[in-house]
Formats: sequence, structure tokens, C-alpha cells
Amino acid sequence: MAIFSVYVVNKAGGLIYQLDNYAPRAEAEKTFSYPLDLLLKLHDERVLVAFGQRDGIRVGHAVLSINGVDVNGKYTAEGKEVLEYLGNPANYPVSIRFGRPRLTSNEKLMLASMFHSLFAIGSQLSPELGSSGIEMLETDTFKLHCFQTLTGIKFVVLADPRQGGIDSLLRKIYEIYSDFALKNPFYSLEMPIRCELFDQNLKLALEVAEKAGTFGPGS
Amino acid sequence: MPHFELSAFLMTVHNLYLFDRDGVCLHYSEWHRKKQAGIPKEEEYKLMYGMLFSIRSFVSKMSPVDMKDGFLAFQTSRYKLHYYETPTGVKVVMNTDLGVGPIRDVLHHIYSGLYVELVVKNPLCPLGQTVQSELFRSRLDAYIRSLPFFSARAG
Repeated sequence: MAIFSVYVVNKAGGLIYQLDNYAPRAEAEKTFSYPLDLLLKLHDERVLVAFGQRDGIRVGHAVLSINGVDVNGKYTAEGKEVLEYLGNPANYPVSIRFGRPRLTSNEKLMLASMFHSLFAIGSQLSPELGSSGIEMLETDTFKLHCFQTLTGIKFVVLADPRQGGIDSLLRKIYEIYSDFALKNPFYSLEMPIRCELFDQNLKLALEVAEKAGTFGPGS
Repeated sequence: MPHFELSAFLMTVHNLYLFDRDGVCLHYSEWHRKKQAGIPKEEEYKLMYGMLFSIRSFVSKMSPVDMKDGFLAFQTSRYKLHYYETPTGVKVVMNTDLGVGPIRDVLHHIYSGLYVELVVKNPLCPLGQTVQSELFRSRLDAYIRSLPFFSARAG
């Protein structure tokens, strides 16, 4: 049971707040000798596995670190290109850690505005009159819950499919937003939320919801 | 489980889309549809396919762990969209009432029991375009009408 992350999207589709609460780690580290028996490929400024799924390393996983040193996109910590480094037999044996690529802040912005559009299309394609946009989206690994306020701000929570009590959590987040962002004289509307009290109270609310939701009814 | 609270209402099936892997709408039928999208049908299919395509990519990026089946369903305040995709890229999309629970087996049957049996195995049905088979249409209609959550609500 877990709440994975929270997004707040303004009425124009811009991401104004994002929090990663809990990220399950699915990583695999392995030592390789030359030649590498995986096919790596550059995609979206990251080095991804394109072929050769094995030992917990899946197609689509990214190179996260080499010999214990973190990799930044397609460059190693020393600024060398990952593919070039792994192409050189002199660098072997080498230990590489693979895992699901983490979202960059740019991607989060993009995904938030993408959801904003999907929300609108969801209501346009409705077979029934007076439908809202997407309120809950279900996949086998997570559920996305969305609450749109009357003023058009969307609160989006990603949680484990079995996590309950998300509807009340979404209302609680709205309350926290009203209390600690809107009432903050230094906060300007529609702009990114940088308020310490908002952060603190949101984290608290997530903790409470995670504990309560375990026994609560499904949402 | 959450789905039982709503089942006191009349449950129903609104409509069904069948897409192939290139986004061609192979079949469309509707039962209780109150509202049309307000655009030509061809445009609606494209919009629906485009939305599903984007949801798929959205969901695969958002997922905290590796996915198996991927996107299953979404719901708004008035309807629920169920999605099923085969490994070959055929997509079955059904819009129902909110009270309907997981119906993967139903969508799978529409694919394997009806589409594969009556269209793929029929040499007179060319693939990759709208299904013309009257047998497929009537069998599909009969199957949907026989579903436990299909109510004969006037509409």
C-alpha cells in the first residue's frame, strides 16, 4: 500500500506542484565483461536497454550508474559518453546498475499538461450527458485519481491500486492548498507553489492517508 | 470491494469500439448512448484512438514499476471506459455505466470468441478495414445484450 506521487495542475495545464512520496525500487546491478551482451540505445537523452532482457534487467530500463558512480542522462559523472565508455574494452569488467528511468522535471511538466488534455477529451467523448473529465484511471500497477475544483485546478494522486481513502485525501489536499498556498500573501495564483507549510502539511496528510487507507473502503 | 455500492442502479453498456493496430476503426456499435460527440463519426474514432494512444504512453511513463497489462480502465463522473489490448495491437474499448467492475474476460471474449472466429478466420473478410460481416455484427450484438450488466433500459 502506498501513495506514489502528487501533482497539482493549474487551469491552463501547467504543473504547479509535484511531490514524489514513495518510489518502489526496481533496480538490478550486474558485472559485465567485454563484449556487453545487452543492446543499449540512446533514447530521449538516456541510455536504455533495447534488447537482451535478463536477470531483472528489462527492455526500457536505463543505465543508472556505472561502477557505483551515478550516470546523468547519457554522460557519466566524468562527462564521458556512456555508450562510448561501454564500447571501450579497456574499461571492463564493469558493474552497471539498471532500473526504470526516473522522470525528469521536464517530463513531469509534459505529463501534467498531457493529462490536462486527456481529461478534456475524456469528457468530450462521453456517451452520457454532463460528464466530467477523467476522475480515476486504472492500470495494473497503479491508480491515478484526479479531483478538479470549481476553479479548474486539478489535484492528481498516483497510488497503489489497493490503496483506499483517496477521495477524502484529494479533498484534504484541496483544503491544504487553500489554507497554506492561497492564504499565503507571497503566493501568486497559477504559479508554482513554494510554501513550506504547504509541503509539511501535505506530507503529513499523505502519511495519515497511507495508514488509514489500508483498512478503509476501496475508493 | 467498491463496485457493489453502485450496482443498485441500472447498469448498462453505452458503446463499443474495435481498433486494429494501425488505428483503423474495425467496428463500432452503440446501445444506450445519450450524447454524441458532436463531430463526424470518422473524426470521433480518430479522437478516441488518439486519446487511447496518448493514455498508453502517459501511463507507461507514469508507472512507478514495470507494467504487464498496462492501462485497464478509466472513469469520469458519468461513464467508465474499459480497455483491452491484444499482443497484436487489436484494441477493444467498451464504455459502460460506473457500476460495472473489471470486464477483461468480456473484452477478451469479444476478441477471441467473436473477432478471431468470425472475422480473422473468414477468408471473405479483408483485414485492416471496417468489418462488413453481418454475422459478426449480429453475434456481437447478441453477446452484448446477453451480458449480466446490460440492462434493457429504454434509450
